[in-house]
Amino acid sequence: MARTHAARVSAHQGSSSSAGKNRERRIAGEIPELDRLIHERIRLGIISALAVNDSLSFNDLKRLLHTTDGNLSVHARKLEEGGYLTCRKFFEGRIPHTEYRLTAAGRRALEEYLRSMEEVIRINRQA
Amino acid sequence: MSHDVRALDDLRFIRQTMERSAAFTAVPGWGMVAVGATAFPAAWLAASHAFELRWLQIWIAEAVMAAGMAVVAVQSKAVRSGLPWTSGPGRKVALHFAPPLAAAALLTIPLFRANLGSVLPGMWMLLYGAGVIAGGAFSVPAVPVMGTCFMAAGTIALLLPSLGNWTMAAAFGGLHIVFGVWIARRYGG
Repeated sequence: MARTHAARVSAHQGSSSSAGKNRERRIAGEIPELDRLIHERIRLGIISALAVNDSLSFNDLKRLLHTTDGNLSVHARKLEEGGYLTCRKFFEGRIPHTEYRLTAAGRRALEEYLRSMEEVIRINRQA
Repeated sequence: MSHDVRALDDLRFIRQTMERSAAFTAVPGWGMVAVGATAFPAAWLAASHAFELRWLQIWIAEAVMAAGMAVVAVQSKAVRSGLPWTSGPGRKVALHFAPPLAAAALLTIPLFRANLGSVLPGMWMLLYGAGVIAGGAFSVPAVPVMGTCFMAAGTIALLLPSLGNWTMAAAFGGLHIVFGVWIARRYGG
């Protein structure tokens, strides 16, 4: 629990300082630094899918992203540890369910990532 | 892969994932509950005019009102999701859902003229169910299940035409409410 909290704090701080650095880089016309936590394809997919849904179950995400249980589980946990999403486990009758929601930090990270991508395209086209 | 090619690829991936997952839950649960609630008074009003012109007018008015409410509900859920419902998958759902509904509307005219009003509830529910199953192929699993239930209700109405009016109350009212609550609770509104 303490480890997860520490990871979240660190990710929040990392994310906001990375956004600040990126603003400076944009002003200087340099290629922005990317958020490594969501740069990976599956993690980017999880964040994008949750950005347009209040919540999605583990099985919904697995179907949407065409991935395996193990792969999705590992990547979702990394995002959860980074404070980008929350995970709720519960039972419906005897069937276990896992539900994910995007946090405010996760939404900000996706917005910053999109801005960075647009900036990369703009800088490369100018060059 | 150069920076801008990778960036373009990432942006395309984000857009496609958002579109796919928005269509996944574009069906408005609470909107379906509201639509379902209107079917009960319609069935009650129509019951005493079974299969006469007044009965048909009441159900057509109900269908128009329900369609209007559904459009508003789909639109408002799409706005909350931040994507237009006319984006790729939303359009796909509409295109699969519309043809069976159009067929039901057109078949209503000759069947009613041939004094086969008692066949209409079964035909409406079968074709509505077919549309829901076809459109629901791009949505959450609850939607095609609801379509199957509509087709079962349509079959009952065809086998027992005297129950047609109340079968429609159970299907257009009950099924929309039950599945609407399920979708709203599991998929956020």
